[in-house]
Order: sequence, then structure tokens, then C-alpha cells
Amino acid sequence: MTGRRLATGGTIDRARPIAFHFDGQAYRGFAGDTLASALLGAGVALVGRSFKYHRPRGILSAGPEEPNALVELRDGARREPNTRATTVELHDGLVATSQNRWPSLRHDVMAVNGLLSPIFTAGFYYKTFMWPAAFWEKVYEPLIRRAAGLGRAAAVADPDHYEKATAFCDVLVIGAGPAGLDAALVAARAGDRVILAEQDFVLGGRLLSERGRDPIAELGDLPNLRVMTRTTVTGVYDGGTYAAIERVADHLAIPGQHQPRQRLWRLVARRAVLAAGAIERPLAFGDNDRPGVMLAGAVRTYVNRFGVAPGSRAVVFANNDDGARTVADLHAAGIEVAALVDPRPVPSAATIAAAQAANARLAAGVSIQRARGRLGVRDVELSDGTTIACDLVAMSGGWNPTLHLTSHLGGKPRWDEKIASFVPGGLPPGMTVVGAAAGDFGSGYEIAPLWRVRGTRGKSFVDFQNDVTVDDVALAAREGFRAVEHLKRYTTLGMATDQGKTSNVTGLAIMAELTGRGIPATGTTTFRPPFTPAAIGAFAGHHRGRDFRPTRRTPMHGWAAEQGAVFVETGLWLRAQYFLRPGESDWLTATNREVRAVREAVGLCDVTTLGKIDIQGADAAEFLDRVYVNGWKTLPVGRCRYGLMLREDGFAFDDGTTARLGPEHFLMTTTTANAGTVWRHLEFCRKVLWPDLDVQMTSVTEQWAQVALAGPRAPDVLARLTDVSLPHMGLAETTIMDGIEARLFRLSFSGERAYEIAVPARHGEALVRRLMAEGDAFGITPYGLEAIGLLRLEKGHVVGSELNGQTTAGDLGLARMMSAKKDFIGRVMAGRPALVDPERPVLVGLKPREPGAILAGGAHLLPQGAVATAANDQGYVTSVGYSPQLGSWIALGLLARGRERLGETVRAYDPVRGRDTPVEVVSPVFYDPEGSRLHG
Amino acid sequence: MRLTCPHCGNRGIEEFAYGGDADRRRPDGEPFGQAWMDYVYLRRNPAGAHREWWYHASGCRAWLVVTRDTTTHVVASVQEVAR
Repeated sequence: MTGRRLATGGTIDRARPIAFHFDGQAYRGFAGDTLASALLGAGVALVGRSFKYHRPRGILSAGPEEPNALVELRDGARREPNTRATTVELHDGLVATSQNRWPSLRHDVMAVNGLLSPIFTAGFYYKTFMWPAAFWEKVYEPLIRRAAGLGRAAAVADPDHYEKATAFCDVLVIGAGPAGLDAALVAARAGDRVILAEQDFVLGGRLLSERGRDPIAELGDLPNLRVMTRTTVTGVYDGGTYAAIERVADHLAIPGQHQPRQRLWRLVARRAVLAAGAIERPLAFGDNDRPGVMLAGAVRTYVNRFGVAPGSRAVVFANNDDGARTVADLHAAGIEVAALVDPRPVPSAATIAAAQAANARLAAGVSIQRARGRLGVRDVELSDGTTIACDLVAMSGGWNPTLHLTSHLGGKPRWDEKIASFVPGGLPPGMTVVGAAAGDFGSGYEIAPLWRVRGTRGKSFVDFQNDVTVDDVALAAREGFRAVEHLKRYTTLGMATDQGKTSNVTGLAIMAELTGRGIPATGTTTFRPPFTPAAIGAFAGHHRGRDFRPTRRTPMHGWAAEQGAVFVETGLWLRAQYFLRPGESDWLTATNREVRAVREAVGLCDVTTLGKIDIQGADAAEFLDRVYVNGWKTLPVGRCRYGLMLREDGFAFDDGTTARLGPEHFLMTTTTANAGTVWRHLEFCRKVLWPDLDVQMTSVTEQWAQVALAGPRAPDVLARLTDVSLPHMGLAETTIMDGIEARLFRLSFSGERAYEIAVPARHGEALVRRLMAEGDAFGITPYGLEAIGLLRLEKGHVVGSELNGQTTAGDLGLARMMSAKKDFIGRVMAGRPALVDPERPVLVGLKPREPGAILAGGAHLLPQGAVATAANDQGYVTSVGYSPQLGSWIALGLLARGRERLGETVRAYDPVRGRDTPVEVVSPVFYDPEGSRLHG
Repeated sequence: MRLTCPHCGNRGIEEFAYGGDADRRRPDGEPFGQAWMDYVYLRRNPAGAHREWWYHASGCRAWLVVTRDTTTHVVASVQEVAR
């Protein structure tokens, strides 16, 4: 055996040695070790440097509460900072590195911070670096960040993947120590579906750590009991929902193929049993952070579970009867116990007996004043003036029930004088707490509270991770930061990765002592999820990069890609923005070509993404009357009508054409972006506002593929598929292409003769290929969103930039659509004074005075000669585009009293792009204002 | 948080969309005035029992009336909007 490994004992597998690296050095441990136990077994006591003072630190605990032994686990892209060595399962190829030191752990130049400690006391951020203000970002903060800190995150993307899962159960048992195992067995035998979640990689909890207590090896083979090891329940949420993180592959150097590194579980449980045990408290004495000073319970864990002697000559310092147990276990393992230091003047009988049996000096009514030694403990000075040589101090200030999860929904822990600790107060609905987590430490547990040893020299640490000392707490008390939440923020006590698991209670107990208010009056901090640090990757799961959200593709996507489409996201949809032909390299060239094709020949465009809602029922027309500003009862069957919807506050909401397929059957279209919102709104109107209407509806957006055919030759192309002829705004249901069901619409947003052809989605690609083939002789050209936008702009049709939630029907020049004969959503509020103010900016067309001048959206509209101030602002440019027909950039905008100002010149002022362009106010309809092309 | 939809059973909150105070009534037929301003803009914000609309967007698409305690998130009842 090497280092400090005991010859026998523990649950490690001595037949399975495991090789690992720490700070570049090769070591060996055994299967069943944690990184911490393997390091201790190899004789490595110094494992890190502290956050602020860069003090040498060793391993304090044996669990997730560890504040000192934080390492960077793995390397390269898989490097994970601030990993607790006490919970890392040892595996072949494990690589870990110590943190926060330079150039090496043993020789850290930043340890000079310790000498500067007077300026690094509580609140130093607030006091030291106040002036000059400009220095904060540039000088002080980078300096502090380099001097004080934790580990480094990997600088490249995580190559592993994470996933999410949900499970349901009757009883969730949290923790597989003695109480949790009992609870799980009882519930499972009673027939409940049970999930037993344990953060460790083996079951047993404290049973593994205490001598003479055999872990329950056999849980039986109960099909309704699901055991989840390596799974930490991190949070409690409403409705019996629990979050848990399963470390699926953290114990492997590289996860197996298709294996996630971690899995975020949502566990839904009717009831939960919290059996999370307890966490031991350190004692605050001088230089109590020296490597070799450990929690007594952790010492027993290393001896009994891992077969490791954390030292060769120990002093035990405890204010409770755990001291006796520790002495006995060390003695049984053959480790010399020099003394049992017990601050109680009259130690219990068990304490006296244990000291005698171990042949240890019993120092009753005495405390350790100070631990000495730099990179490891050399000896301790006692309050009776004696000094004892030792290389291990096992300390116990008592135990805190691990009640964090009980307060995630606001439950307030309650102070229990008898065990000098907080116990669970209010519980989340359905939760029961058992065992040590409930404050049940057994009948033999006696404690005389001791929070700090007085009159010490050296630093007495309360929070090891944040380098918060007794003096810092005292300073906070003197300066008035006495409330527990102020104490935390002023001193940083209880912050960072351990969230004060070993320090919170001690810190507030010292504050209570200093202020004389007592612990219950001082309060307790609020515990929030997660219980232990969680990787962001686990919360993201597969939702990263391209999979951040779903991607919707139309049935014609593959065809569009073949045609050189460049796609753009519109909502979840991918739509063709423009189609690059060989030799074309920019969007404007492609778009100009596409626009010209529509104006001069025929263009084809995929409009599948528009929202389509099928509306039926005896009251369908009445329903449309109430949700649109215009009337629908007079619309004949076989015809379409443009409709505008308002929100109830009177502003424009959405627009589109709705077709009447039958007396009681309509097909509504919505804009692509608003499809979901409109749907929800209509459902609200139908079910909540007017449940008496006979109207049914369903979304058919994905059921139909739809293609627009626009341009003077559009009728010629359509004639190759059908002999149906349609009037303007007409529709027909027919069959095309050897019996495929189809809906034909004669609709135009481009000002050209145009049709839309809808077929069941599965025929969409066949339809578009057929149209392209039939249209070849007529110069058919696919066009994308840029061309659609420009074609609409030339005709003054509003798009999303004008339907921006701040415009009324009146602003958009659509006031005449609003029926005065009926009520509709938004009617009353649209008539309120502010919304009919004649000074409101209204829709106008804008054309640069100088040919060739470029316009951009967002430019402000100012009167000529006016200073560019907010007071002179009269509106703004909403949509712009280059019109190849007009040979000029054109724009739509909103301009105060704009309709009265046709012919006036205003400034399009664009300080962001450094432009100031004189523009003429014109009609929003730039192209073919008579509509002759549409009807010709 | 979870809601027990009368059609779909106990489901996670991410399937639902919040619709606000369910005790609002649209002042049908009234001219513009305080009643309309209150309906469109004013929301009660009680600490305690609150009747509110929820839409089962990723489920049966029903609009539901949920009675929830805003201080504890305990859901007292979930009912379909009366037809």
C-alpha cells in the first residue's frame, strides 16, 4: 500500500487500481474511491488555494458541501471548473487540476494577498475602489478578477450532449442513507411506485461511513422501486415537481457513443420523503483552514469507507458526542489519537470512555486556539497553554440537517435549541422529512454550542470558500449589516458554489452572539435551487445551436434549395429570401430579376407558411363580423375578401384574405408571423367571449401547400393545369393534375394578375415542379420574400413593419374598412380621442428627391430646415426597397398629417447610418395606381 | 407548476398559456368610457385566491378557468369555461 492507504477496510476494491492525474502528476487509487479519497490515500493533502487570500487548502469534507477541494476536472473542451473532489467518482484516465494558483500550488505568488488582508476585509469592494469611477472597469475589476477567483471554464463548445426526461411516481425518496432506504422499502412494499434518488454512486449514505454499520446491500427486486444513483435532486417546484440531475457519464473520461453526459430529470411525485441527512459544522479557531484540519465525520468517512488514514497523529476537537465516535474509529484503524479536546467542562461518559480506550489525553473545558503549520498542520495550541503535535485535526461543531429542499417553496426553518440547529419548518405540499434531515440525530447526541473560539491569533474562518472570517462577521455587525441577508451580501458569506453549506449557520450564530439577539431573531438565509451547482448544458439539453427551437420547412423546401434559395427564418419557418442564379452573388441583383419577372412575365412563390384557419358553423359569418373590422355576411360563396383585425385596445392586429367556401364555411388566412397569436385570440373570442355562437374552427396551415402565381402570363400558366376561370377575388374548389384536390384563388398583392393554388401538403412539391415545367415557355421565375416585400411595397400594401402594434386602421389608411353597423373587437377603443387624433402619423409613400439616394428603415422624418430634435420628430420610415420599375429607392413611412402633405419635401434623418436625405411625400401606391394591370 | 386539465389530466405548465383575470367582463354595447379602459387595461392583482384564464395551447386547446392562490401557487380548481 502506498501513501496513507490502510491495509484493510472500506468499500473500495483493492483488486481494481485506477490511474489518474492531478496537477500533471500520476497517482493511483481504487475503484470505489472519490478523487478526494484517492488524493488523501496517495498522501496529497494540499489540493487548492483559497478564493481571496490564496491560502493553502486541503480537503475539509467528504461530500457535496466541500468548500476547499475544488478542481478543474478533465481538460480541453471538457474542462469543468469548481468540481468538488469529494464527489468526483474516480475513473481511469481522470485528469484534474488545482485552481486559483500561479505558478504552482505549492508556490502561489498571489498568496501575498494574505499580507494585504486588511484591505480585503468584508465590504472591500465597496470601500476600496470607489474612486476614480473610470478606474473600476479598466483597472480594479480586472485586477481583482485575476487575483481572486475560482476555476476556468473551457473556452470552446462542450462536445458532449445533455438530455431531459420526465418520470412520475407516487413517492420520491431523496437520499439513500438509513432513513431513505427504510422509507423507500416501506413505500415500495406497500405497492407505491417509488423513485429513490441518491447523489452518491453507491447507496448507503452514512451507513458507508460509520464503523460496524453494514450498508443495506439488498433492496430486493421490486419492480415498482426505481433506484437512481448519481442523481441529485436540486430543486422543488410547484405541484409536486422536482428537478434532478443524473450524472450519466461524469464517471467516464468520455461518454459512450450516444450517451449523454448528464440528464435533467423532471420528477413528478404525489409525495416526497426528504432523507438527505445532515452536514457537519466546522469550529472557528485560529488558522482552522490549514490542510489537515477536517470535519470529524469526514475523517470517519475516509477511514471507514475508503480505507484511508487522513493523518498519522490526530487531535479531535468536538463540542458534541461525535468526538467520542471519531476517537474510537481512529483508534480502531490504528491511527494514534493524541488528544480529545472537548470545550464542555464536564464531558459525557461516552467521551471519557472513548478517550480512555484510545489512550488519548482528554482536554475537557479546553479549546484549540490555533493550528500551526503552513502547507499542513504541524501542531495545535490549546487554550490551557499546551501545544500538541499532530498532522490531523478532526473537528465537529455539531450537525445541520440538510433541509435545503424544504425551503425552496418558501418554508422557513425553525431553530431547535436541543440540537442547536435549524430543523425543517414549513414544508412543500406532499413532503415528509425523516432521519437526520428532520433533526433526528439519535438519542445519544448531546451538544454544547460553540461557534467561535475567542482570543485566537490567526484567521478564524467561518466560510472557507469565500475566505470570510469571524473578524469579517464582527466588522459587518459593527457597521450595521446585521440582518442575515445584509451579512451575506456584505461579507459574501454563503455565496459561490457551496452556498454556505458548512458556514451559514455558524455565521449567523456568531452574528447573533455579537448582537445579543439570539439565533431565531437573527433569522436564516433562504435556500434556493439548485442544491448543488448544475451545468447550464443540462438545462439546455438538446436545445442548442440549430436545435434551439424547432425548424419548420414547407413541402417545397427541397425544390427551393435546388433552385438556389437563400433561406431566412420567419418565426419557426424557413422561407426563401431570394434565389441566386449562377453568376449572381448579391441579394439585390437576384431580387431585381425576380421582381422584373413578375412585372413582365410570371413569377412563382411558396406561400404555404401563411396561417390558414378553417371556420365552420351556422354563426361563422357572424363570428367573422365580430373579429374583423369589416363585414362578412354579404360575401358571396366562392369569393374572397381582405380583412383587418384589431386588438381590443383599438390598434391593428393582423390582416389577410378570408374566402367563403360555403354558406357556413370560411377559410381565413393570417400573416406567417401572427398565425399562432391570431389562433389563440380567435379561440378566446369563441370560447370565452361568445360561447353561444355556433362556430367551429381548426388550423389547416400544415394541411395545405400553397403557391402564388403572379404576373401578366400567370393566366397562361394556370390554363395549362385547369380550364377554371376566376373573377378577381374569386375562388374555386376543383381537381388538377389527374385528380388532386385543389383550391384556386384569384388574389393579388403585387398589383399583377395573380392566383394562389392550394393542394394537400403531400402534393406541394409535385405542384411546384409541374408549374415550373408548364411555365417554362412563359419565363416563369421563382421569387422570394425580398421580392414579395418589394412588390407589396410598390402597391402600398402594409406588412409587419407597419402592423407594428402601434398603428390604427386610420393610421394605415384603412379607416373606411371599419363598419359602423356592427360591434367588433377593438371598435370602441379605436374611437377614443388619442387614436383618432388628426396629428397622428399616417401611412405615406416616400421617394428621394435625388435619384439614386438610398433609404433605410427607421430613419426619422423631420420638416425641412428643422433641427434634429425629438420635439421636431414627425414620424419614421417603416419599409424600404429598390424598385427596378421606377429606378429608385422607395419607402413607406408614418408621417404626422401625412395625407395632407403630398408633394411636400421632408428630411429622412438617419443618424445611425449617417444619412440625411430629402424625400418627397407621395401616395403609398407607387405602381399602377389605377389597377389596370390587375383587371386587364 | 402543473394544472389538471378537465380533458387531458395532470399536465406540466409549459403546455398552457396564461390569459389573465377571469372575472373581467367585456362591456358589450357600452360606449367608450371607464368601463372599457378598465376592461382593457386594469388587472386585479390579489395576494390570495385568483380566478384566471389559462389556454391549453399544447393540448386540447380549451380555455380554462383556474382558481389559484397567488401566494402559494396552490390550484383550487380547474374548470372549462362554461358553454
